[in-house]
Amino acid sequence: MTEQGVRWTAEQVLALAPDAASRSAGSKLGAAGPWSEAGSSDEGTVWGLCKGSGSRPYQTVVDLADTAGPAYQCSCPSRKFPCKHALGLLLLWAGGDGTVPRGPAPDWAEQWIKRRRHRPREQRQATGPDSPRTADPEAARRRAERRAERITAGAAELEQRLTDLLRGGLATADRDGYGMWEETAARMVDAQAPGLAARVRELGAIPSSGPGWPVRLVEECALLHLLDQGWLRRERLPDGLAATVRSRVGLPGSPGGPSVRDRWLVLAQYDTSDSRLTTRRIWLHGADSGRTVLLLSYGAAGRAPEPALPVGLALEAEVSVYPGAGHLRAALGEQFAPAAPAGIRPPGMTTPQALARYGRALRDDPWLDSFPVTLGRVVPTPVGDSWQLADAEGGTAVPLTPSAGARPGLWRLVALSGGAPVTVFGECGHRGFNPLTAWPEGAGEAVPLC
Amino acid sequence: MLTTPKRRTTDREGTDMRVTERATPAAPGSPSAVPWEELVTVALLGTDRRAPSWASGREAPAALLDLAAVETVRRRAGLRPAPAGPRPEPAAPDPRPPLPPAAARRLALLLSDRPGTGSGGRRGSAPDLMELLPQWLALANARGFAPPPEALPALLDAARGRTDLRPAVLAFAGPRALWLARLNPDWRFALRSAPGGAELPTEDPGRVQHLWEQGLFAERVALLGALRARQPAAARELLAGTWANERAEDRLMFLDSLRTGLEPADEPFLEQALSDRSRNVRATAAELLSSLPGSALAGRMAARAAACVAVDRTPGEPTLVVEPPHECDPGMERDGVAATPPTGRGERSWWLGQLVEAAPLAIWTGRLGGRTPTEIVALPVADDWRDELHAAWCRAAVRQRDPCWSRALLGPPSAPEAGGPGAVSLAERAKLLSTLGAAERAEWVAGFIATHGLSEAFQLLGVCAVPWAAPLGRAVVDALNIARDAGSYPWSFSGVMGLAERCLDPAETDRLAALTAIPDEPEDASPGAGGYWAEAFQRLTTTLRLRAAMREELGEP
Repeated sequence: MTEQGVRWTAEQVLALAPDAASRSAGSKLGAAGPWSEAGSSDEGTVWGLCKGSGSRPYQTVVDLADTAGPAYQCSCPSRKFPCKHALGLLLLWAGGDGTVPRGPAPDWAEQWIKRRRHRPREQRQATGPDSPRTADPEAARRRAERRAERITAGAAELEQRLTDLLRGGLATADRDGYGMWEETAARMVDAQAPGLAARVRELGAIPSSGPGWPVRLVEECALLHLLDQGWLRRERLPDGLAATVRSRVGLPGSPGGPSVRDRWLVLAQYDTSDSRLTTRRIWLHGADSGRTVLLLSYGAAGRAPEPALPVGLALEAEVSVYPGAGHLRAALGEQFAPAAPAGIRPPGMTTPQALARYGRALRDDPWLDSFPVTLGRVVPTPVGDSWQLADAEGGTAVPLTPSAGARPGLWRLVALSGGAPVTVFGECGHRGFNPLTAWPEGAGEAVPLC
Repeated sequence: MLTTPKRRTTDREGTDMRVTERATPAAPGSPSAVPWEELVTVALLGTDRRAPSWASGREAPAALLDLAAVETVRRRAGLRPAPAGPRPEPAAPDPRPPLPPAAARRLALLLSDRPGTGSGGRRGSAPDLMELLPQWLALANARGFAPPPEALPALLDAARGRTDLRPAVLAFAGPRALWLARLNPDWRFALRSAPGGAELPTEDPGRVQHLWEQGLFAERVALLGALRARQPAAARELLAGTWANERAEDRLMFLDSLRTGLEPADEPFLEQALSDRSRNVRATAAELLSSLPGSALAGRMAARAAACVAVDRTPGEPTLVVEPPHECDPGMERDGVAATPPTGRGERSWWLGQLVEAAPLAIWTGRLGGRTPTEIVALPVADDWRDELHAAWCRAAVRQRDPCWSRALLGPPSAPEAGGPGAVSLAERAKLLSTLGAAERAEWVAGFIATHGLSEAFQLLGVCAVPWAAPLGRAVVDALNIARDAGSYPWSFSGVMGLAERCLDPAETDRLAALTAIPDEPEDASPGAGGYWAEAFQRLTTTLRLRAAMREELGEP
């Protein structure tokens, strides 16, 4: 089949699943059995009828051509998004065995696609980045000023608490327990400084984080103090650093930089969640610009954030970068073609180069915990109970972060290597290296590790 | 590029940094002149308790935090790589071709369906992917493909939880799996199951002799087995050479290796083993000899057994009369007859059973008036000896792989007693069936199911070749259909359903299509059964299509 080249792989489809249960349920529907009248179009639409437990089959349509990632429509009652039928349909399509032939869309699918293709443009205009502010610039300015005053009060209060803490000694922090930090964090939430609140909450977890906690606590207290001081003196900071401080404190920024159009390779996608929120991180690598940017998105706890961009796909798109923080964070802008598999690999570097890159990045953002890098020709090497990535040439290595050493992805990385050099993308920082995606030495697809 | 600076090793107990730092000394007079260790100590104890000397004029805690912030960023910015540990020895190359991409994706799907990863509970109409893994592995191994390396951890985890999967998984996983298993204690089993994975030197007599004399017990058993499969005589001679010096337990295991490729030339060696010191060795030797119909032992047993069974025609209708042996003489014992019966069994019937089991079946036609096995089995037996005699003949037919006698003892599958407890149990039937050809076996079981239904068929279906032959598949589907119409719930047949999903020929899929609809519920049916049956049949058809796709993805052998 000629379109084989642009079909996704099963892993890429399964990466869209909102949770493990959907992943499993979707895989089971990825066989021809329950499907009928399935088909796909050149524009990147896939549809099909799936026989469920009811008398009427479910109508499932997926639009892969959308600029904001795939869009789904299914007549099933599931509240999962995408539902197992959409996943199963995409798996069937990814299988490329002729059960999803090209052809004209049936009426029910065509109608939905037409409605969709008209809607987004209007919506985008309505929610353009500047629209709320242009409504009443004076009111917005006053709101921003009031918030800045609150944050300033919060930062001053936090400084006082840190000072008191150091007067009595951090060793007592262990005894006071989590409650004190939790209360301080709540005060920072009241001060509308969510960035400060999150850092305070993390401080509270350090005393129970195992050996070496006093050093980590001193470091994080010092960096929190640095952030407070940065905020209190932001007028005197250079523009870039001031923007970094604003975003670290938790003020919302908007992507202001110039749009960069490129072929963006999806390097990694992973979710982290706490009781409130699921955070999705997607790392993109520009094939022409050589830049690496981060797309951040959020979903309510237990629900998958949008968009979902499977590893190994590349999309021709514009991204615009947020100010500050080393210009790593970006927003996805207009997308010119549907995401499709691409044989692009990011160029690799050695471990000394990677650590130097992290060190340089600290100049723009001293609060940075890690920096995205691709290591070329490294060998996963066991050292005692932990692992490191050792340069194939030379005697240098970077250890894996403790959490990476406990994930199943570690063993996929080790198996992929088999003692031979591999290319590994990940986050390199003071805790070590967190591997996210790997490529074998010869030909071969990207293997997600997270 | 980072240049390597001079290493000023500052001892840093208690830090979590596992990357070594570049110990760039701070310029004298700069704030960072205060060593980091001192900053940490003061921060821990508190500035009230340990007033720092360098906090002149300013409030001490703020000064401490200033210094610590500078030092923290400086330490992070100056991180240096750690020294590389010794690289692991690279895994041995896998010469097999890689899986086709579609098959690799299928494997990932099958492995993702591990227990605990799904939503659990009722299976609904979705296929049980994990149950298809053994079939997939058998196909992939037959085609000789190598696995994608990144799938190895999931494969090893699957084999770790299911010992029955281990041989196939390890064969498929290849050398890199053993390499991985040495690095992860969770997968130690892989190293135990494949002793070094080394090739056995069956082609080189010198190395064979060396391994046989010097090797570990497991290596020697493997060597003997491999050699026996290729050159039966050489294996026997190897064993005979050291026989007298082997331990009794070892002798038993080695002797068992001769079961493969048993031939008349083995008789002298086995005869000699009949006078072995160990009773178990003697019994095994006798059993092997009795499987050689031309052996002297078989002849002796034939004479003994024939003396016990005869046709008595005096009453008119020919009847078999049985006169079991009165004693177990030393000759019988030497030929492997166990003198002491298990508790609850009479001595004489115990001895009779052993004699008939060990006697070549070919003698009976001559001994019992030129009758065929079928005619012999049909004869009435006097004095309640029938069950005992038939059971012994069954064991003999299985031991001697005699399809003619097996057929006679099985009888027609539609016979009424075939379904119930008769002279021959279901377990014995399954064994007898295994001596028949695949087609004949399938046909007999199909006939059995057509008459007796599915409730007794599970064990018999287990010995049928996969995929099921067309008549057998049809019989199973028809029987399931009848069971559905009878109004029972499908889970009463979940065992057979599961077997059908794995064993039915995917070519039957189209015939099943009609059954996946939800039928109108008859009045006496169990509530909702129709829906559950439709669901079960949907799962069956989906699984069959999946198996067809699996086969296609892996290509023709």
